[in-house]
Amino acid sequence: MNFFKTAVCAAALTAMAASVSARELVINANTSDPAQRQAMEELVASFESEYPEIEVVFNLYDHEAFKTAMRNFLVSDAPDLITWNAGNRMRVFVELGLFEDVTDVWEAEGLYESMPAVIGASSVDGRQYGVPYAYYAWGLYYRRDLFEQAGITEAPTNWEEFMEVGAQLNEAGITPVTIGTRNLWPAAGWFDFLNMRINGAEFHAELMDGEVAYTDDRVRAVFDAWAELVEADFFIDNHPGYSFQEALPFMNQGDAAMYLLAPFIVSMFPEDVLENVDWFPFPIIDPEVGIYEDAPTDSFHIPVNATNKEDARLFLAFAARADVQTETAATLDMLPPNVNATVAEDRFTQGGFAQLSRADGIMQFYDRDTDPALARVGMQGFQEFMQNPDRIDEILERIEAERARIYGEL
Amino acid sequence: MAEMTSTSYQRTMSTRGFYRKHKLVIMPFVFIAPAFAMFAIFVIYPIIQSVALSFTEWQGIGPKRWVGLDNYRELWGDRVFWTSLVNNIYWLVLFLLAPVFGLFVALFLNQTVFGIRLVKSLFFFPFVVSQIVVGLVFAWFYDPAFGLLATILEPLGISFPPILADENLATFGIIVAGLWPQTAYCMILYLTGLNSVNPEMIEAARLDGAKGWRLLVKIVLPQLRAATFIALVVTVIGALRSFDLVAIMTEGGPYNSSNVLAYYMYDNAIFRYRMGYASAIATVLFAIMNVYIIWFLLRLWANEKGAR
Repeated sequence: MNFFKTAVCAAALTAMAASVSARELVINANTSDPAQRQAMEELVASFESEYPEIEVVFNLYDHEAFKTAMRNFLVSDAPDLITWNAGNRMRVFVELGLFEDVTDVWEAEGLYESMPAVIGASSVDGRQYGVPYAYYAWGLYYRRDLFEQAGITEAPTNWEEFMEVGAQLNEAGITPVTIGTRNLWPAAGWFDFLNMRINGAEFHAELMDGEVAYTDDRVRAVFDAWAELVEADFFIDNHPGYSFQEALPFMNQGDAAMYLLAPFIVSMFPEDVLENVDWFPFPIIDPEVGIYEDAPTDSFHIPVNATNKEDARLFLAFAARADVQTETAATLDMLPPNVNATVAEDRFTQGGFAQLSRADGIMQFYDRDTDPALARVGMQGFQEFMQNPDRIDEILERIEAERARIYGEL
Repeated sequence: MAEMTSTSYQRTMSTRGFYRKHKLVIMPFVFIAPAFAMFAIFVIYPIIQSVALSFTEWQGIGPKRWVGLDNYRELWGDRVFWTSLVNNIYWLVLFLLAPVFGLFVALFLNQTVFGIRLVKSLFFFPFVVSQIVVGLVFAWFYDPAFGLLATILEPLGISFPPILADENLATFGIIVAGLWPQTAYCMILYLTGLNSVNPEMIEAARLDGAKGWRLLVKIVLPQLRAATFIALVVTVIGALRSFDLVAIMTEGGPYNSSNVLAYYMYDNAIFRYRMGYASAIATVLFAIMNVYIIWFLLRLWANEKGAR
């Protein structure tokens, strides 16, 4: 009995001692894709080896589940650090008072100088609320061998060339573009680029902020261009039936030549196909309009209700370091926001980097830039439009009604 | 001293007497209390909460704003809501094929030959498999480019329609997928029902010259009333709460043409962060279910009265 008591006391004491000395840092992440997962685990491991006194508790969530779960845990049981997206998605939580102001980290670590491209995306009213660890360029992934088969020697740079490429591919019996719109967002990529190329980023930003009506003639012009593509048989049939991964086999099997997507697709190509895959930026439509790109930014944020904010700040500073960002971004096939970091030596990352470097401005992405309810209705409209271009008036009125409900009548 | 003992004695007698007098009334409540407490916390309270939420506008976090009947007014004018409601009716009607199919499969399997147990369990298999798997498998069947059905039909010169990508066909494609496990479930219910069919009655009917269809309708089916009742109940509930198949096969698409109320509620709550509006949809779905539940309870009550 005595022995038992001593054992219990000893155990209790050790537990107490442990809870006093161990500095625990809880991170909740949504990085569930294989490459993302690996990158995040490596990042955590190298942080722990640099700060052995801090014990990191790493909780990984599925992408979609995270969106729901964070609304609970940010309020009830906040971790010390979370992964999330910059831009409007971050702003929502900042306005609810749930994200910590980390401007001090930006100042202390000189991030204003080393991460100029993402200052805007991670600030609200001039204060910084997160530290980006990677961003990536959207663009058209295409199969060089299929292009050659159709007699195309160069990637198109403007609208006429793009239409021509489509015609040539169709003639060779190859569908120009594959897309799976069951998850809706792949269609939004087309809307974003067409709008930015035709109307410029300023108009696009106003539209995302709900300051312009969807029934505006300029929005209409975007859909006219899109209808040109649909009528020229650019897209695979039955795309609402496929998720974005399920649409990939069309490209792998040589039935379709292009896919407008982001670098996370690279690791999904089989090796023999990947050899022939290359990348080009979305073609210019109006040369008067500057070059604007979608470059979604992923970042770390500290919840306001976190317990260990001090070590969370240490982690932010660590994750923002040039050498650390080089590693993380390379594993992710993405770009490091830190200008002193090195961009990985492969054609996709380098191409994306070159394109973003010459861009006049960047946006996040349709469903990250605008209100989530509006984004959902908008993207369903895009999907319906791609199947039924003649319903455009009805579709735009429906999206406009949702915009008006959220942002008010103009 | 003697007085005191007598009064305390009397008190215990009187409390005991109260308990003893009302024992038959009190005890059932005592026994029900634990279950009722759980039911109240996990069912009744959330129902009240959802109904209350449906009068507000709420993102899931942050402040709630009272909007009165606005959510319901918006529902009334919401195209997608009506599509979902109509689709729910399709589900309800077509799902009733499950008891019919289930009955015939059960009649077919209700024989004693070698290996019938294995065959029975194979027929029951789809119900054991998760709905998610059923949905995935059917989505692959339907795939117009690489799918099984298209691959079989194409050499025959029949072009197979893109079921899940077609706004007019998607709902029916999902219902067919849903019928598969539901039929298996009804089959099991009927198989157990058939076990209790009185063989002497069948014998007697045979002697009187009844066979085939008439034997089934007049003699067997009346004895399967209990199984039919349960099969109907689970099928209607299954149709009204159809969600997983829609979520996995189409996500309500293409452009909401295959949406149902349960999924539209989820869509609003999870993807659009409109908890108030989602609660309004939930409340409507709850009201629809109540109509059916009341019918069910009345039936049950009438049955019990009849039994007494």
